[in-house]
Amino acid sequence: MSTSNNNSKSKTHGLWALTNRELKKWYKAPVVFVLTLIQPVLWLGLLGNALNISSLFSASSIQFPAELAAQFTPAQLSALGSFFSGLQNQIMGSTFGTTSYISFMAVGMMAFTALFTTMFSGMSVVWDRRLGFLNKVLSTPVSRAVIILSKVLSATLRSMFQAAVILLIALPLGFAFGAAFTPLNILGVFAMLFLVCLGLSSLFIAINIRSTRIETPMAVMNLLNLPLTFASSAFFPIKQMPAWLQAVANVNPISYTIDGMRQLLIFDSIDFAQLAVDFAFVGAFAAVLTTIGIVFSWRFLNK
Amino acid sequence: MSEDVIKAEGLTKIFNHNLVAVDHVNFSVKQGEIFGFLGPNGAGKTTTINMLITVLKPTEGRASILGYDIAKQNNDVRNAIGVVPQEYTADEDLTGYENILLCADLYGIPREVSKKRADELLALVELTAFKDKKVQTYSGGMRRRLELACGLVNRPKVLFLDEPTLGLDVQTRAATWNYVRMLKKEFGMTLFLTTHYLEEADALCDRIAIIDHGKIVVVGTPDELKESLGGDIITLSIKQDVDITGLVKKIERVKEVKKENGMYVVKSESGEVTAPLIIEALRKEGHVVTKLSLTKPTLNEVYLQYTGKSMRDAADESRESAFAQRAMMRRSHM
Repeated sequence: MSTSNNNSKSKTHGLWALTNRELKKWYKAPVVFVLTLIQPVLWLGLLGNALNISSLFSASSIQFPAELAAQFTPAQLSALGSFFSGLQNQIMGSTFGTTSYISFMAVGMMAFTALFTTMFSGMSVVWDRRLGFLNKVLSTPVSRAVIILSKVLSATLRSMFQAAVILLIALPLGFAFGAAFTPLNILGVFAMLFLVCLGLSSLFIAINIRSTRIETPMAVMNLLNLPLTFASSAFFPIKQMPAWLQAVANVNPISYTIDGMRQLLIFDSIDFAQLAVDFAFVGAFAAVLTTIGIVFSWRFLNK
Repeated sequence: MSEDVIKAEGLTKIFNHNLVAVDHVNFSVKQGEIFGFLGPNGAGKTTTINMLITVLKPTEGRASILGYDIAKQNNDVRNAIGVVPQEYTADEDLTGYENILLCADLYGIPREVSKKRADELLALVELTAFKDKKVQTYSGGMRRRLELACGLVNRPKVLFLDEPTLGLDVQTRAATWNYVRMLKKEFGMTLFLTTHYLEEADALCDRIAIIDHGKIVVVGTPDELKESLGGDIITLSIKQDVDITGLVKKIERVKEVKKENGMYVVKSESGEVTAPLIIEALRKEGHVVTKLSLTKPTLNEVYLQYTGKSMRDAADESRESAFAQRAMMRRSHM
């Protein structure tokens, strides 16, 4: 034990070790892992079916009042019936961009889950600080940037995985890809998710690294959660919202993420101009928040 | 070799521009020494250690470890030192073996080297039989040993131990002391430790610094510190009813002689050497010593003298914080 270690190390050594340590906590704990898989099933199964908006317009739910029906011949009635039931696809298509509400919602759920997972994963840094692990790592030659990046990366990877699970679960529940879908679009979807998770987790880690109590990030999360989720197009299209809510939803990066993902997954034709705007907005959001997050965390670690 | 392995000059840490945690501290630690940092809670022990291990930046002053400046060459410092923190930092969900590999990764040690080293270290701290068990099944003593093994993974020249025996039972504490002594003896390691236990500092440390209110109040070997209080106390009585004060005062090293309740109380350095001299001198004069006792001042008295506080109060506080910490670790597991 007399020789010291002076092996030349890359600037990023320890990045995978620290990231993997975070991920292991999750995938090596069977209960936690199974629960994280069950949760989206419940969401999609319960909310997706309870709010099954497309069924509102089905032919069977259209009953003509007797006095009205008497004025038409049976042939006219059946023509009217099929007209109204045809309205279903028309209204769904023009409102949600797809005839299947579960497809619409599943994409919203993917973004929503990514948001949730980044928030929760970021909380581990509070424990690392309280339990002395952070100080221990700070006394090793791991670079400060690597410490922050490992947190961001593990939260991002975990969120992306969760989002992928949602998509897989939505398939047997009736998820329908749009006509414009090609397997290549999946790459675009994950690029989108990667960007938004990167920005969000950087922000949360900058907040959490300063908290000595787990209650602080909890409060911040609860505050941000609701507006980020419901002032977005996750469950309902923005154009159906009142003007003031639209204003909020139009600057919400989650809306752009969801729109981008819907274009790539469920819409029958891709509006490339809008897709470019989506990517630009989410990309700028990620760049700004990652920079702010890393600078703030860095400052804290170098006090 | 007697060069200074750790050298602090005017080392100062001020938090939020007004809270002076460490106030112009100067000390040096020699190669192969076990140096103990003693002090009540909030005295600045942990802040000092955190500056030395490059977790905190000094506000003023400087310190170097093996000649590397802790602020300017912090990466060299980090490669050369090992840290055994006060807390149990090992990951409960990982096995002992995996934890050591994780620590090795933080030093950029290649896998083929770190696997071999993990086995060596687990053998050293006698955890080989438990290497593939998750840390959550470990006892407190086993966790401490695992922390020690993690702290040694980069083969450090200087090892920092923050409260290494806090909350351990008597046997485990004794075992920890043996590890510390072994590290010094077998590997010539320099050890810097903070402790609340005075008997531990006394038994283990070559030199001790007592820190209070961010300032070092005294530095020295345990014996020097005890002697700085004026030496040992020899209490004796003689058969004859005569005054021997003058006679005893003439004996070498005797500083003070008082008569209290028919007993003579003699203050002297190195009492164990003085006591036989006193008996001999009195016998020559025909006096017969009937009772004699020798009391060496303990570090407790030294501590009390320099900080004005009893160590027990401070230890109680820290025990509470250790309990709180354990409760938190349980919560984190959910």
